[in-house]
Amino acid sequence: MDLFVAIMVNVAAASTPLVFAAMGELVVEKSGVLNLGVEGMMLMGAIAGFAAGYASGSMLIGIIVAGIAGGLLALLFGFLTQHLLANQVATGLALTIFGIGISAMVGHSFVGISLDPIAKGIPFLEDIPVIGKLFFGHDILVYASFVMTALVFYFLYKTRAGLILRAVGTNHDAAHSIGYSVIKIRYMAIVFGGAMAGIGGAYLSMAVNPMWVEEMTAGRGWIALALVVFATWRPGRVLVGAYLFGGISILQLNLQAMGVTIAPQLLAMLPYLVTIAVLVIISRDSGLMKKHAPACLGKIFHASS
Amino acid sequence: MFKSVLKKAAGAVAVAAGLAAMSAQAADVKVGFVYIGPPGDHGWTYQHDQGRLAVEKELGVETTFVENVPEGPDAERVINQLAATGHNLIFTTSFGYMNPTLKAAKRHKNVKFEHATGYKQAANVATYSGRFYEGRYVVGHIAGKMTKSNVLGYIASFPIPEVIRGINATIRGARAVNPDATIKVVWVSSWFDPGKESDAAKTLIDQGADVILQHTDSPAPVQVAEERGVWAVGQASDMHKFGEKAHLTAIIDDWAPYYIERTKAVMDGTWTGGGDTWGGFKTGMVVMADYNKAIPADVVELAESIRKGIIDGSVHPFAGPVVKQDGTVAVPAGETPDDGFLAGMNFYVEGVDGEMPQ
Repeated sequence: MDLFVAIMVNVAAASTPLVFAAMGELVVEKSGVLNLGVEGMMLMGAIAGFAAGYASGSMLIGIIVAGIAGGLLALLFGFLTQHLLANQVATGLALTIFGIGISAMVGHSFVGISLDPIAKGIPFLEDIPVIGKLFFGHDILVYASFVMTALVFYFLYKTRAGLILRAVGTNHDAAHSIGYSVIKIRYMAIVFGGAMAGIGGAYLSMAVNPMWVEEMTAGRGWIALALVVFATWRPGRVLVGAYLFGGISILQLNLQAMGVTIAPQLLAMLPYLVTIAVLVIISRDSGLMKKHAPACLGKIFHASS
Repeated sequence: MFKSVLKKAAGAVAVAAGLAAMSAQAADVKVGFVYIGPPGDHGWTYQHDQGRLAVEKELGVETTFVENVPEGPDAERVINQLAATGHNLIFTTSFGYMNPTLKAAKRHKNVKFEHATGYKQAANVATYSGRFYEGRYVVGHIAGKMTKSNVLGYIASFPIPEVIRGINATIRGARAVNPDATIKVVWVSSWFDPGKESDAAKTLIDQGADVILQHTDSPAPVQVAEERGVWAVGQASDMHKFGEKAHLTAIIDDWAPYYIERTKAVMDGTWTGGGDTWGGFKTGMVVMADYNKAIPADVVELAESIRKGIIDGSVHPFAGPVVKQDGTVAVPAGETPDDGFLAGMNFYVEGVDGEMPQ
């Protein structure tokens, strides 16, 4: 039981950065924009959050600054793709490379410093026998990621603003013709996506490993991008996918430590394989997929056309 | 990407000091370095860069480094560029640069190349690597004495002989002082992924390990050990900053003596290619970091006696009997295996928990 709880706490820690980054990208893609720069924005958030947390001594300030840093980098992407009409795929890839470089440069003087990790557990509640540690033994950002999932769902499907955002992503010409500012709406979505990616990155540098090392996200931005697609742009399934991925990543390490003999190369593939397989199977209804996929994804919007 | 560091000032001082002959040679020699990661990785590349700085300081020569060079076609381009811009000696510091280095060496016959951890040489290509297993054997002794649960946790990257040898040397060291010790191995299929490395460390601790060892490059496991109140051993570089209480010691790769020696050889005109250097404690390529104050004096003494024994040849980490996991004898008692045996090691010894991946 203790081991089970310990595993679950690790699973939550491995999944949370993916939930944040993927939830942000989901909103961006729902507005019809494909930003492949998630990895770069996560790194930017990781170093900014770490630096601010270190300088201020406050985790909250660190997280806020991480969100701002990710959002600023996303703003650059927005300017290039929405104003200068640059190709989104190329710009997104460039954003990742830029993010890797600039985070390394900014982070140069922070190499070798440790922070105290963000505190885990909710006082009193975590002392409840059996379920206490399981449900209340996590850090605050784990809960925040669940709240964020619910908020994104509520925003997209239950509010007028969410409806407009989805309309922009489905048919930007139609949305434009009835008077919505496609570019403004997309800007807001892009900045939100950047902020979420930044917080996801900061979770790595402040909660999982409270330190800065270059390229510490190690590809998680790409996993977040894949999750959005395989979850067919639905917030609940993004959450499920992130936890499947995190869960199997941790489970395979535990199986290895228990001495189960499976090739480690195969085990390393397992999170990817299972996550993709499960998400493809639960989302295989092509009618529903069409309904949820943003039809204008990646297309450049030009107001005059 | 290019950062050139001129040491003209140092050269001028040397001339003034009357070392005209030496500084004349120093001005002729330019040394290039190709790195797989950033010097700020606090591990593998950091140590190579320390070696580069030592060359500059010691010999007053000009050095250039190129960081974050991916293994593959890009590496060849970078190496060729260094060779074409007047570098007479080029160190390529990752295993995957092996073929690019050889190709560049073919094109630039008058340039000398040094490739780390490779096994292919040429007339103008030498190879070098460290006997890190010597350090792991010493660490094994400390871990065997310090563990309370008798379970050591080992975070491994890829099942290649270099890594297998490290695992075996560690548990052989541990069992020499604590026959009940076992080692759990978790493979993370990466050299560098702080998130995954810390997940692996947490997993091993959850399953009873109280000393965490690693053959991956980030300091994340040391930090996790500190947080959880268990022991850890740093990798490649001194990592005590990431866990003041947990950090027992670290196995440091010290490339400086080798880099200085080889650069000097180029300056003297005595450099020869085609050979391989596998340096350990004896040549100073492998060094132990400061021992944690929490380690009892007799354990430090024991560790030091093993280290000194390896240097004078009275101790060999794989001196027979070497018993495989399944009980068969790989090296009979009284025999010492040769380097070929060590280089191709593909089995677990007694005390490793779980089967070796094929």
